[in-house]
Amino acid sequence: MSATAAVRPHVTEDGRELGEVLMDLRNITLRFGGVTAIKDVSFNIQQGEIRAIIGPNGAGKTSMLNVINGFYHPQEGSITFRGETRSRMRPHDAARQGISRTFQNVALFQGMTTLDNIMAGRALKMRRNFLWQMLRYGPALEEEIEHRRKVEEVIDFLEIEHIRKTPVGRLPYGLQKRVELGRALAAEPALLLLDEPMAGMNVEEKEDMSRFILDVNEQLGTTIALIEHDMGVVMDLADRVVVLDYGRKIADGKPDEVQSDQAVIDAYLGVPH
Amino acid sequence: MELLYNIFVDPFAQMVSTPDFLLQVLWEGFVTGTLYALIALGYVLIFKASGVFNFAQGIMVVFAALSLVGFYEAGVPAWLALLLALGIMAVLAVGTERLVLRHMVNQEEIILFMATIGLSYFLIGSGELIFGGETKSMITEELGLPTGSTVLDVAGGIVILQHIDIAAAVIAALMVAALAFFFSKTRIGRALRAVADDHQAALSVGISLNQIWAVVWFAAGIVALATGIMWGARSDVSFALQIVALKALPVLILGGFTSIPGAIIGGLIIGMGEKLFEVYWGGLMGGGVEGWFAYVIALIFLLFRPQGLFGEKIIERI
Amino acid sequence: MIYREAGQFKTSYRQDSAIFPILQDRIAIIFYLFVAFIVIPLFGSDFFLNSMMIPFLIFALAAIGLNVLTGYTGQISLGTGAFMGVGAYSCYKLTTFFPETNIVLLILLSGFFAAGIGMIFGLPSLRIKGFYLVVTTLAAQFFLEWAFIRVGWLYNYNDSGAIEVPQREAFGLIVTGPAATPSVRYLMVLSIVVLVTWVVSNLIHGRIGRSWMMIRDMDIAAELIGVRPLHAKLSAFAVSSYVAGVAGAMMVFFWLGAAEVESFDVNHSFLILFMVIIGGLGSLVGSFLGAAFIWMLPIVIRAVPRVLGLDINAATVEHLNFMILGALIIFFLIIEPHGLARLWSVVKQKLRVWPFPY
Repeated sequence: MSATAAVRPHVTEDGRELGEVLMDLRNITLRFGGVTAIKDVSFNIQQGEIRAIIGPNGAGKTSMLNVINGFYHPQEGSITFRGETRSRMRPHDAARQGISRTFQNVALFQGMTTLDNIMAGRALKMRRNFLWQMLRYGPALEEEIEHRRKVEEVIDFLEIEHIRKTPVGRLPYGLQKRVELGRALAAEPALLLLDEPMAGMNVEEKEDMSRFILDVNEQLGTTIALIEHDMGVVMDLADRVVVLDYGRKIADGKPDEVQSDQAVIDAYLGVPH
Repeated sequence: MELLYNIFVDPFAQMVSTPDFLLQVLWEGFVTGTLYALIALGYVLIFKASGVFNFAQGIMVVFAALSLVGFYEAGVPAWLALLLALGIMAVLAVGTERLVLRHMVNQEEIILFMATIGLSYFLIGSGELIFGGETKSMITEELGLPTGSTVLDVAGGIVILQHIDIAAAVIAALMVAALAFFFSKTRIGRALRAVADDHQAALSVGISLNQIWAVVWFAAGIVALATGIMWGARSDVSFALQIVALKALPVLILGGFTSIPGAIIGGLIIGMGEKLFEVYWGGLMGGGVEGWFAYVIALIFLLFRPQGLFGEKIIERI
Repeated sequence: MIYREAGQFKTSYRQDSAIFPILQDRIAIIFYLFVAFIVIPLFGSDFFLNSMMIPFLIFALAAIGLNVLTGYTGQISLGTGAFMGVGAYSCYKLTTFFPETNIVLLILLSGFFAAGIGMIFGLPSLRIKGFYLVVTTLAAQFFLEWAFIRVGWLYNYNDSGAIEVPQREAFGLIVTGPAATPSVRYLMVLSIVVLVTWVVSNLIHGRIGRSWMMIRDMDIAAELIGVRPLHAKLSAFAVSSYVAGVAGAMMVFFWLGAAEVESFDVNHSFLILFMVIIGGLGSLVGSFLGAAFIWMLPIVIRAVPRVLGLDINAATVEHLNFMILGALIIFFLIIEPHGLARLWSVVKQKLRVWPFPY
């Protein structure tokens, strides 16, 4: 752990202990041609917390998640995850290191069943080689069944037993979002990225989803970074919030601190720049 | 060592020592390239307006030529046969829109593409059923197109220019000019560009997609008829041409799927490149390399520059 | 037998993950295999075996090969014909070099050559998708066709330019060449088709098959989850070409007896693509249904007018066949993109709840 990360472990209001810095982003700058999507943004994510990234449309939130899991490569800056610093990696390397995510527009495998989609989340953990796969016997079958057991735990957890064998293309939007969360959980991630997990949901569905997110965080101890537009949800869920506007960081802190920050209020109400 | 000589030295030595022959080869390549470009143009028109990659464009070329000759052989005068062939292409355009495209809105590109392969088979079957499966020759003279050739004295030798080839190049140029005018100056042309840009937005300002599609397919049909006449005049009219017509695909890879200038430049590069390669290097490999040269060039292009000659790098979003 | 799953409780994930979880399906499979292995060779005429069953099975296998690539991985290919050719020509060369080796083994080996070539031409798929791939697979098709003509070594410098199948014995029977009986060749083809289909089915239902479908449904998400596109796509190309190669080798050795480049031209690539579309993208059962449908179509077109007393010549049959095929492709893509296989499963679903559908 680098000495510069001057954040002490501390305890949240509800008594959970927050650990060391899990991910540290320093001076990230991301450009597409002439457009700067993210400019010199630094923040960190601590072990065990729920970290929210908020900001108006086009603030660079999704780009930030894309940087974290290696889909975009920032031109400047460094990312330290579990003590390892990197400047460039491929998305599947990120997945291998324990980062998994959901997407703003549901990115499920529409042609596959709920079960297969969540099994897909365990793709990385399955090791049996081609030969055994060809025979579907012995180790390959054992492995398949062992992972099936884990996947059923996720299905239980998210209460989606009844749609186990339904192709996800036929499910309503709210359930698709839940399946997508299941797929991310199946990978047993160290860091879970959620891109607008509640977009387009009604109040009831939002309540369900909030409950799942809190359960994941508390029961499984998974660190979560999420983007969300519903401020009520963010204030309730998040331990700390980072605010982006036009690709810059304008605030970072506890929800109530951020809420009363003048720069944040300006950004949301639209003070001319 | 000798192999290296044969690859890197000998062909160029030949080019320099007999420049008239080189010019002749380049001219042949240029004319073939024009025809590739015309087929590619048909693809581009349809792709731009409807996002459909119309595999049947090459077949439409043969189908148009076949109906022209078919009508003439049935005793219709040449000018009327031409009009009737145009009519067939119009019917085909409207029919395709009504029976195929209209039912496939919002399908994935690849499904639409496979549907046009189905359309190709349907056209081949019906074309041969109606007009007969045997090879026909184009009614070049009857249409008032020039025949014969001119011999030019250049570079210490001669170059033979077939008049029909010159006519093909001129007609191709005129057609591109007409299309450019159509796109930029007419109401339908503007609507068409709007559709190409964004289907939803175009719909919301009251442009009829169905009408636009029919128009574009008809325009592609006209291009196909012109191409069919020129091509038929150089060889024969039969569905064997479809294999050659497929070469418009590598042309599109080079030029990009949406660029008219790209289609033309790509066509000329492929046409001249494959002639040069066949004549000067083909012998080393036993000949017949024209069949795959274009594809392998496209393949190499796709490996190193997937966006084509003129395309921009694509930013993927999620 | 009533098609009903009531009362069949699965008490373990192993049972629930089985490829045919419903008892009646397992019985049906055993029944089909019984008919295919025992009844047909005993009672089928030589014409039936030679002109219908053998080509049907071979094309079904080729369709399975293409389905792995197009139906399961979402990568379109117009080079199937050429990959079948690679299998055929490599088997021919192998049997020239190793005349004593069991021909069945050589056929299974020849698929590996097709797999290698397939992977080379699959490389661009890592950077491109959709119809761009059409062009690279067409490159494979035309380049390989050229090689089958111009590289004399491939056909042992025959004057005819064709590969002719020598007589070979295996398991104490004459299995290839003019002296091999249709029933022996049929049984050989059937055994290999069943074996390869079983292996492909295992792959599809496991981790590797899932990674293919992930690439097909949403390649970016698949990569973010940790699927390596390189592994998934190239393995799909390899398996697909392997299967096509085995089908091609069988086509020459167990059916045609001799072949030249026309047997592997682009029209065969189209034909097999049509089998996959009509049968159902992403369905193994569909590959069989599609192959049966397309292989039988011209036979039916020939037979129907004859029954009605009309005279119809061979060329017209051919043209009608093209027209109907084309129209059917469009029809299926519009009405039922999952093809005959979907219709089949709808029927089964109806049967499951019959006679009380609510």
